[in-house]
Amino acid sequence: MGINLTAQQTYDVTRKRRFAWLASSMRFLPIVPTLLFLLVFFILPVGEILQGGLFDASGHFGLSQFRRIAATPVYAKVLWITFSIAFMTTALSVLLGYPVAYLLSRLSARSRERWLLWIMLPFWTSYIVKTYAWMLLLSKTGVLSTIALTLGLVKETNGAIPSLTGVLIGMVHAMLPLAVMTMLPVMRGIDERLAQAAETLGADRSMSFFTVFLPLSSPGVAAAGLLVFITSLGFFIVPSLLGTPQQTMIAQLVISSVLELFDMHFAGALSTVLLVCAIAIFFVYDRMVGLSSLTGEVQEKFRASRTQGIKLAVLMVAGRLGALFVMRRATHAPRAGNRFGPLRLYAFAVLAVLVVPVLSVIPYAFTRSEYIQFPPRFFSLRWFSSFLDSPVWQSALVRSFEVGFGTAVLSLVLGFGATLALTRMSQRASKPLFALLLAPLIVPRIVVAVGLLYLFARMGLTGTDAGLVIGHTVLAIPYVVVTLAAGFRQFDWRLDDAARVMGASPLKRTTTILLPLLAASVTTALLFAFLVSFDDLTIAIFVSGGINTTLPKQMWDDIQLAITPTLAAVSTTLVVLIALVVFISSYLKRGTH
Amino acid sequence: MSAKLETIGVAKSYGDALALQPTDLTVQTGEFLTLLGPSGSGKTTLLQMIAGLVAPTAGRIEIDGRDVTHVEPGKRGVGMVFQSYALFPHMNVWDNVAYGLRMRRHSRDDIKRAVNDALTMVHMNDYAKRYPKELSGGQQQRIALARCFAYRPSVILLDEPLGALDKKLREHMQSEIRRLHKELGATFVYVTHDQDEALTLSDRICLMNLARVEQIGTPADLYDRPATRFAAQFIGHSNLLEGAVDQTRGSSGEAILLAAGGRVPMPQSGSTTPGLKYCLLVRPEAPRLVEPNRGFLDGTISDIVFFGSDTRVQLTMRDGTPFTVRCERSLKPRIGDTVGLVWDPLRTTLLNA
Repeated sequence: MGINLTAQQTYDVTRKRRFAWLASSMRFLPIVPTLLFLLVFFILPVGEILQGGLFDASGHFGLSQFRRIAATPVYAKVLWITFSIAFMTTALSVLLGYPVAYLLSRLSARSRERWLLWIMLPFWTSYIVKTYAWMLLLSKTGVLSTIALTLGLVKETNGAIPSLTGVLIGMVHAMLPLAVMTMLPVMRGIDERLAQAAETLGADRSMSFFTVFLPLSSPGVAAAGLLVFITSLGFFIVPSLLGTPQQTMIAQLVISSVLELFDMHFAGALSTVLLVCAIAIFFVYDRMVGLSSLTGEVQEKFRASRTQGIKLAVLMVAGRLGALFVMRRATHAPRAGNRFGPLRLYAFAVLAVLVVPVLSVIPYAFTRSEYIQFPPRFFSLRWFSSFLDSPVWQSALVRSFEVGFGTAVLSLVLGFGATLALTRMSQRASKPLFALLLAPLIVPRIVVAVGLLYLFARMGLTGTDAGLVIGHTVLAIPYVVVTLAAGFRQFDWRLDDAARVMGASPLKRTTTILLPLLAASVTTALLFAFLVSFDDLTIAIFVSGGINTTLPKQMWDDIQLAITPTLAAVSTTLVVLIALVVFISSYLKRGTH
Repeated sequence: MSAKLETIGVAKSYGDALALQPTDLTVQTGEFLTLLGPSGSGKTTLLQMIAGLVAPTAGRIEIDGRDVTHVEPGKRGVGMVFQSYALFPHMNVWDNVAYGLRMRRHSRDDIKRAVNDALTMVHMNDYAKRYPKELSGGQQQRIALARCFAYRPSVILLDEPLGALDKKLREHMQSEIRRLHKELGATFVYVTHDQDEALTLSDRICLMNLARVEQIGTPADLYDRPATRFAAQFIGHSNLLEGAVDQTRGSSGEAILLAAGGRVPMPQSGSTTPGLKYCLLVRPEAPRLVEPNRGFLDGTISDIVFFGSDTRVQLTMRDGTPFTVRCERSLKPRIGDTVGLVWDPLRTTLLNA
C-alpha cells in the first residue's frame, strides 16, 4: 500500500513536471515560425552561396573560382577598391557623425525628437533618390558647376562626377544617418551624472569627455563602424552612378555577372568573398564589443588589466590636449545647451548637408523644360502626369505599395512573436537567437539577393509579389526586432502579472495590456518594415524579374538610360511620402511620452 | 478561525541558488500576516508563489483546503497590490479598478457598483476619470488598493505597497490599510522590510532571514521574546550582553551572567548551567540610570541623541561594549558622566548564544 502511494506520488510529480515543462516551452513557441522563415529564406540561400562559391561551373569542388578572382588583376583590384572605399566611408561617417550623436544624446527628449526628424528623413530616403540628387548637384551641368561658373570661380568645369570624390560624397551622405542612429542609443545610455561626478572630482570638460564619455561610448562607435562598413561593402548604386569604372565595387561585378554574363557560379564566388569578410568582421565585433550594443545595451565587460591602465593614460593625455582647444565658457552655461554653441552650429551644418541635397530634387519636378537644367523653369506639373499616367510607373507604384504592406504585416507578425519569446528567455538562450534575427542586417544585402535568386528560381517565385515580400521581410525582420525589443525593454512586466492575478487569460493580456502599451513601437516597426521594402533596390533587381518592377527598380532602369525630369517627379513623390511616414512615427512616439 | 491559506514544504530554487527553503506556513481566515525580513530573505518569493506568479520547485499551496499549486493566478481567488503599484498607464482609474471585474465577466451594473464601492472605500470617487500619471504617489497607492479589492478576493497579497511613499504618508496609509482590513474581513498577507510597519499592522509576523522562516508570532511575541539573535536585532533596538554563567548565584538565588564588566542577574525562566555561554537581550527602555556602582553595570556616556519624546543615551561599558538606554528628558545626563544601570530581570530575554 505504502509503495503504491509513493508510486502514485512520483507519477503525479512527473506529470506535473512535464506539464510545467510544456507550459514553459509554450512561451517560446512564438519564435518558431520566425526561425523557420529565416532558415528557409535566409540561412539556406546564404549557406548555398557559401557552398556554391566552392564549386565551379561543371560542379566540381575546388577553389578555382577564388583563383580566378585572385589571379585576374581586375578582380583583385575591385576587391581592393571595395574595401578601401568601404573603409573610408566608415571612417568619415563615424567621425563626422560622432559629434552630432553626442549632441543629440545630451539634449532633452523633446528637442532630440525634433532633431531626429531631420536625420530620419535622409535615413529613410532610398539610396537611389539620394544618388540621383547628387547626380543633379555634382554633374557637369549640375547646380554646383553652374553656380561656380556664374560666379566666375572657375572658367570651365567637368563637374565633380564621375570621380572617387563623387563616390565618397554619395556614400558618406548615404551612411552618415545610419552611423548617427547606431551610436545614439549607446550614448543615451551614458548617465549624465558621471560627467558631473568627473567634474566635481576636478576634471575639466575636455578631460571628463575624454576619460568618461568617450570610453563609455566606444561600443556605439564600434557598432556604427560595423554596420556602416558591412553595408558599404555591398554598395553598387553610388559607385555605378557617381563613379568612374575605376571605382567599380564588388557588388557591381555580382550584378553584371548575374544579369549580363549569366555566370551564377562566379557571382556566387564573389558573394562568398563578401560574406566571409562580413562574417569575419562580425565575429571580431561580437568578441570585442558584444552584439547587444547594436540595440544600445552595453554589457559591463571592464576588467582590470594593464591595457586598461594604458588606455586611461592615453585618454587623459587626450583630455589635457583637448582642454587647450575648448573655449572657456561660463560654468553656468547649460551643457551642450546654448543655442549657438560651436557643437550646435556643426550639427546644423551636417544636417543641412544631409537634408538639402534630398530636397534639392523637388524643384526639378516642376520644370517646364524637356530636360534637367539648372535653374529649372517653373511651373509645370507635366512630369507628374507623365509619371502617374505611364502604365509602367503606375504598375511599379502599385506593386511597391502592395509589396510594402505585405512586408510590413508579415515581418511584424514574425518579429513580434520572436521578440516576445526572446524577452522571456534566459540571456544564454536569447543571445544567439537575437544574433540570428539581426543577421540579415549584417550579411550584405546583395548576398541575400543572389541567394534568393537561386532559391526562387527553383520555387517558381521569381517575378512574383510573394517573392518580393519574402525577400523584403528577411531584410525587415532585424528592424522590426530591434524596434520592438526597445519597446519591450521599457515594458513593465509586473503590469502583465497584475492582469494575471486579476484573472486575465494570455490572449486577453496581450490585447488589453501588451499591445496597447507597445502600440507606438508596433506602429513604428510597421512603418520601418514598410520603408525597408519600399526603398529596397537590391532584392528587387534580382527577384522582381524583367517585367514586374517596383518604384526603385524602375528608377534604376531609367536612370541608366537618361536623367529625365520624370525621375525628379518620382523622387519628389517618394521624398514627400517618406517625410509623411517619418512625421507620423515621430508624432506617435511623442504621444507616448 | 480556520486555515485560509497553507503552504506545505513550499520551496524555490533557481539552479543552485536557494530562494526559499521548504516552508510550512498557515494563515487563518481574516488574519493579517506580515512577511518581514531583509532583502534576499525570500519573503517576496514566498508571496509570488502564493500569488501563482512564480512556480515552486517543491511543496504544495492550499487555499481553503484546495490544492492551488498549479492553478493559474487569476483562478486562485487572490488579489495583489504590487510594489510601486503596477497601475495600467493607458487606462484611467475607473478602467484600472474595473479590470479584474471585466476579466470575470461581471454584468455592467455589478461592475459599476463594485468599482464605485471600491473607490469609495479609498476615498477616490472624484478621480475616476484621471490617468495614473496624473495622480500623486499616495493617490496611486489608493487606486492600487481599490483595484485589488474591487473583485473581492478572499486573500489579499501586498508586496511592499508603501515602500515608495514618504514617512508621513506611509504612516497615514498604514492606518488606512488597517481600516480596510477590518472592513473587508479578508485575509491579508503583507510583505515589508520595515519593522515598524510590521509591528503596527500585523496580527502575526513571520520573520524571515536567509531564505527561511526565523520566527512566527504576534508582534508582542517577537518584540518581547525573540527566539534568535537575528530576531532580537531585526525588531526594535537591542542591547546584547554576552558572557558565561557565574559559578556562584546572586543574593536572592538568581543565576548571574558575567558580561560587560559586571554581574547581570538572569531571568528565572529556563535552566542555566554555570560555565556555559549565554546571550541576554536588554531592550533600551528597560534600564534605569543610577549612581555609579549602585547598578548591575557601569558605563560612560559617549553620546546623547535627541528623539523628540525621549533621548537615547549611548554608553560604553567597562569592557568597551556599547549599550543604549532610553531616558526621560527630565533627566539631564552629560557626555563623559559615569552612570550605573539597573532593570527588572523579568524584562530581559535569554537567547541561545
